[in-house]
Amino acid sequence: MSGYAFALGACVLLVGFLVVLLRTRRLREKYAVAWIVVGVGVCVFGAFPGAVEWLARVVGVQTPSNLLFALALIVLLLVCIQLSAEITTLEEETRTIVEEVALLRLDVERALLRSVAGDAELPLPADGYSPLDAAAPLDGVPADHVGASLDPAAPGDGETSA
Amino acid sequence: MDQAPTARLLVIIPALNEEESLPQVLADLRVAVPHADVLVVNDGSTDRTAHVARAGGALVLDLALNLGVGGAMRAGFRFAQREGYDVAVQVDADGQHDPADLQRMLDALVAEQADVLIGARFAGRGAYAVRGARRWAMTVLAFVLSRIAGTRLTDTTSGFRAANRRAIDLFAAEYPAEYLGDTIESLVIACRAGLRVRQVGVEMRPRAGGAPSQSPVKAAVFLGRALLAMLIALSRPMTEREVRR
Repeated sequence: MSGYAFALGACVLLVGFLVVLLRTRRLREKYAVAWIVVGVGVCVFGAFPGAVEWLARVVGVQTPSNLLFALALIVLLLVCIQLSAEITTLEEETRTIVEEVALLRLDVERALLRSVAGDAELPLPADGYSPLDAAAPLDGVPADHVGASLDPAAPGDGETSA
Repeated sequence: MDQAPTARLLVIIPALNEEESLPQVLADLRVAVPHADVLVVNDGSTDRTAHVARAGGALVLDLALNLGVGGAMRAGFRFAQREGYDVAVQVDADGQHDPADLQRMLDALVAEQADVLIGARFAGRGAYAVRGARRWAMTVLAFVLSRIAGTRLTDTTSGFRAANRRAIDLFAAEYPAEYLGDTIESLVIACRAGLRVRQVGVEMRPRAGGAPSQSPVKAAVFLGRALLAMLIALSRPMTEREVRR
């Protein structure tokens, strides 16, 4: 019987932990629901072991513990699938954001150049440096190059973008 | 020269660490299509790709993360859509595609009333050849996609393509980031949206570095992944955008 007490205690702890995570907003509700259902379910089974045996008889499983294993596997499988789906969504969102940021960056660069040149026709910097380089140096571009190139190409640009 | 002189042309070059070959590509493009705007989509390069692109007179979209060719191209198509370009052409940054073929592709786009035009290897021009199992894999892909497109396509994995405004609008919203999505799945999407896909033969220059693998195992993996990508693309439910036509 002590084994059941242990299981029951573990389940209560699990549900409590999930609630804490939820309350501190470290776990969103849509992920927690599945776990809370599992935790409550296991609590019920822990408190009333007879329920498992009854359920096993109903669905035709000979050994009640095997029913629990099977259920656990199914739950874990579903959670994994849910996480894969969420990651896919996240990747798509990341991609959209990265594209959008790049488009905005180009808009800002062109606006900066236009304001420096005071001309609707946009001149591109012949030296290949973006007017935003001073603010965010590109990987692999030595810092001294950035500073040196900005002065002759676009006077006053460093202040604008910094 | 059917192309109206007022048609605004954007050349999109997805580039990942191509500082070596990019300047030559940009120089060739300026000679071949001087009226075109060139947009280099720097796909999270760690070298000076963005720098050499700006120095070469190109507009640069700097992606903060590496998104793969599909992500880079969708960003390019979005730019084309927002700026109202009439035609967008994809050219590889490694110098494999000869910009001298571009005008022929643009002419064919108009002449064949195509929405997407592929610059195809193995279409009677050029000496470029892939041998062995990979070639077989590409033949299978070409056969299946030809059936879907209702026209003969010989080179479905070519990254040398022209898209008109209809195709730009579609691709700006739907351009897959999956493996091979930028080539095969995008063609499937275009066909299912009712766009006309055609091809013209182009000459392909050898890559500057790194020969494609000839190993049969790799070719088999390539074919498997490509067919999987195609099956998934075909089984996707039609989106609203596609159905609307």
